[in-house]
Amino acid sequence: MSAAVIVFPGSNCDRDCKVAVERSTGARVDMVWHQDTTLPEGLDLIVLPGGFSYGDYLRCGAMAAQSPIMQAVKKAADDGVAVVGICNGFQILCEAGMLPGALLRNAGLKYVCKLVSLEVANPNTRFTAGYQDQTEVIMTQGNGDGNFFADAETLARLEGEGQVVFRYVDNPNGSVNSIAGIQNARGNVLGMMPHPDRAFEAELGSADGATLFRSVLDAA
Amino acid sequence: MSASKSMAELAAEYGLSPAEYQVVLDRLGREPNDVELGVFSVMWSEHCSYKSSKVHLGKFPTKGPRVICGPGENAGVIDIDDGDACIFKMESHNHPSYIEPYQGAATGVGGIMRDVFTMGARPVALLNALRFGDPEHEKTRRLVTGVVSGIGGYGNCVGVPTVAGETNFHRGYNGNILVNAMCVGLARADSIFYSAAPGPGLSVVYFGSKTGRDGIHGATMSSAEFDDESESKRPTVQVGDPFAEKLLIEATLELMASGAVAAIQDMGAAGLTSSSVEMAGKGGVGIELDMDAVPQRETGMTAYEMMLSESQERMLAVLKPGREEDGYRIFKKWGLDAAVIGRTTDTGRLVLNHHGKVVCDVPLAPLFDDAPLYDRPWVQPELHPRIDPKDVPAPDSWPDAVLNVVCCPDMASKRWLWEQYDRHVMADTLHDSATGADAGVVRVHGTDKGLAVTSDCTPRYVQNDPYEGGKQCVAEAWRNLTAVGSRPIAITDNLNFGNPQRPEIMGQIVRAIDGMAEACRVLDFPVVSGNVSLYNETNGVAIPPTPTVGAVGLLPNYDVTVGFGGMAEGETLVLIGETRGELGASLYLREVLGREDGAPPPVDLALERKTGDFVRERIEAGALTCVHDLSDGGLIGAAADIALASDCGIELDATSAEHAHILLFAEDQARYLVAVADPSTLIAEAQAAGLHASVVGRARGRDFMSGDLFRIPLDHLREMHEGWMPNLIQG
Repeated sequence: MSAAVIVFPGSNCDRDCKVAVERSTGARVDMVWHQDTTLPEGLDLIVLPGGFSYGDYLRCGAMAAQSPIMQAVKKAADDGVAVVGICNGFQILCEAGMLPGALLRNAGLKYVCKLVSLEVANPNTRFTAGYQDQTEVIMTQGNGDGNFFADAETLARLEGEGQVVFRYVDNPNGSVNSIAGIQNARGNVLGMMPHPDRAFEAELGSADGATLFRSVLDAA
Repeated sequence: MSASKSMAELAAEYGLSPAEYQVVLDRLGREPNDVELGVFSVMWSEHCSYKSSKVHLGKFPTKGPRVICGPGENAGVIDIDDGDACIFKMESHNHPSYIEPYQGAATGVGGIMRDVFTMGARPVALLNALRFGDPEHEKTRRLVTGVVSGIGGYGNCVGVPTVAGETNFHRGYNGNILVNAMCVGLARADSIFYSAAPGPGLSVVYFGSKTGRDGIHGATMSSAEFDDESESKRPTVQVGDPFAEKLLIEATLELMASGAVAAIQDMGAAGLTSSSVEMAGKGGVGIELDMDAVPQRETGMTAYEMMLSESQERMLAVLKPGREEDGYRIFKKWGLDAAVIGRTTDTGRLVLNHHGKVVCDVPLAPLFDDAPLYDRPWVQPELHPRIDPKDVPAPDSWPDAVLNVVCCPDMASKRWLWEQYDRHVMADTLHDSATGADAGVVRVHGTDKGLAVTSDCTPRYVQNDPYEGGKQCVAEAWRNLTAVGSRPIAITDNLNFGNPQRPEIMGQIVRAIDGMAEACRVLDFPVVSGNVSLYNETNGVAIPPTPTVGAVGLLPNYDVTVGFGGMAEGETLVLIGETRGELGASLYLREVLGREDGAPPPVDLALERKTGDFVRERIEAGALTCVHDLSDGGLIGAAADIALASDCGIELDATSAEHAHILLFAEDQARYLVAVADPSTLIAEAQAAGLHASVVGRARGRDFMSGDLFRIPLDHLREMHEGWMPNLIQG
């Protein structure tokens, strides 16, 4: 089992993701600098971490999506490797065209940090299989631009094809259809605003994030 | 800098008194030029020199078995076992935050983080202590919104959790809010970095953001009173770039790990001036800088502007011989500007070259360790007499009194504010503002240890008796650390007062320091770092004296930590500690009776220690799962917090209506409220330890109530408690 966490300038959950994956799964986790052009061989999981890549000074994730390493990430995804983008990582995946839709300013126009309950909208994904009968999970979120939006046609496709993976029980940011996380059509790229990387041990308030990482690597 | 002004006039404009200017003339043996005058004026500002407070700061105990580095460096360093060290400090950014709340608060957070990582620590927790004016004052909402956005905007982006803090509102801060930010970091005890340049002939490297014209004379502005024209001082406020700070942290820690750093100093107040003077002065060497080499954001900057600029996110380092290339490789990786801008010398002088000319050549000694010091005249503050509780009337309406105290601006939930702060990044947060605990708790990454952190001051106590109030600030911080199960180790102080040239203000400063120092001594709670902010006045009216205490405790095993959100239905509430009925300067007096008089509760420090040691020992033994200290609002305040955090009703024992308000609202110190299944064992143990302990109520149902006095549905209490702040902001 091996995983990689991509480090962009301004990433601030890179270490959190490494520790979360290691402690949840025992996998080896490499840190990969955004200027690199190749990924380690034989990866089962690539994580794009949260933070403020490039200070979020353009649109969130827009500049990181152009980083040299993203070509390799796209190729790995095309080859079927699992990719999880969390928070800023989700924004990067949208900006890179690896997931549909966009993350807008929160409806309340403020950064919101809180525990959130999520409905496992699709339990039959490689990211959620481990939840089995658990229909609701708890994670923490912290973002100013977590308000997911997609046009009606895209939304219908996401909903129809089971691409909505997580939904907020109590929508904190105005996301359309209360969407908290989506996957691509192939089912190997997940983007989500809440942080499984901050919910991998009970003492942090929830260990539900660990199940997500275990699911991905069990499926690999 | 106008040529038409004499140097003496310019000196006055820069904040030097005529006597101080005369000293400059004496030390130089000639008239300074404008660059030299600028350098002297910022180094001799109150902010940089502590000239009014230094003679009294010496009263603080600063040593202890766990103190690795006390005051005088960028931050204090304590030993937290196993080769780990904790580095922390609190600092004010009051004046800038009043003038430009977003940037003022943001750069306050940035500045205090730099003080901590400059010494080799990775920042792991942020706290802030905020004092705003009357909620109804026309400026309050704008200031609150701006300050909170600034704190969040900076800390969230850098990726350090903001885990605790305090927020007060009082008309005494209408014209001068207080924004005190604290940063706590972790390092290895054998890898602490200091600012003293180790010798002559070494390269001085500048790295980080470019130097611009922002913040010029910020330190001088911070050392002056406000008047109606203060808004026009906006150009002296710095502008922060948290993304640059994040890169700077990573580059600095990487540079340190590479072994290239001989000495390092961030550019904070007074920018390049104070950083170069500190490094050379502490090292006993001289320093020569080439101003043409300084990375500049704007063209045509003068040496004066570069030396006085307070542009943010900049560092100065002395590298070991031949290690410049290591530096450049790391700076390039993180995309930071960097340049060798000078060398250390053996002259003992600060020499600046610009455009081929020497523009400053002054001895370092008078700047560094020979700044003017004042033992300013002071008068004993007027003390409020103790209020006999029997003379304090019971409330006309009990439910109103309870709601007025529990939901008053100082007590109401600050969720609106702390939900805007990332409290979970770094994935080590065990207690934060949301979890219901007397202190924030973060894990020492990768270990079984935890750090507890808190910030405390009760200005209304200090106002009515600076000595007792000073003791209380320290005692409450110690109590808060104890209530989460940690062992209190050391404090940082952030002394906010008015104009020290007024004897009654100086009296507040002297007596508050006396009280704090006494508490630190008895509690074995040394001061390891601090900051003094004076001249917090507008149009001659001083703020309430506000000596904020930031404190750190150690949990050898974080599993034992407790909060006050764990009370379960059916448990019994036990009050540990004695209630004599101290209602002077209490919230009951202020919020129910509209009075702010009376002596604050005295602090019996020996009893404080005995009580706290007992409670901590019980927590460590696993006997307590829900603990809250008693402070603002007394028993009612603590019980309401527990009920709300545990989402469970509380029935407080009914007492005679004649005395109930004394027992329930008194703010006697050295008390804790705990919820337990087996009260008799705990009470017996407490009594065996020589402490008062008694049953005061139980966890039951969905109401917050006491006999026939009041019955408030918990949901209503929560609505009022949570609603106050959103209502304030929405207007």
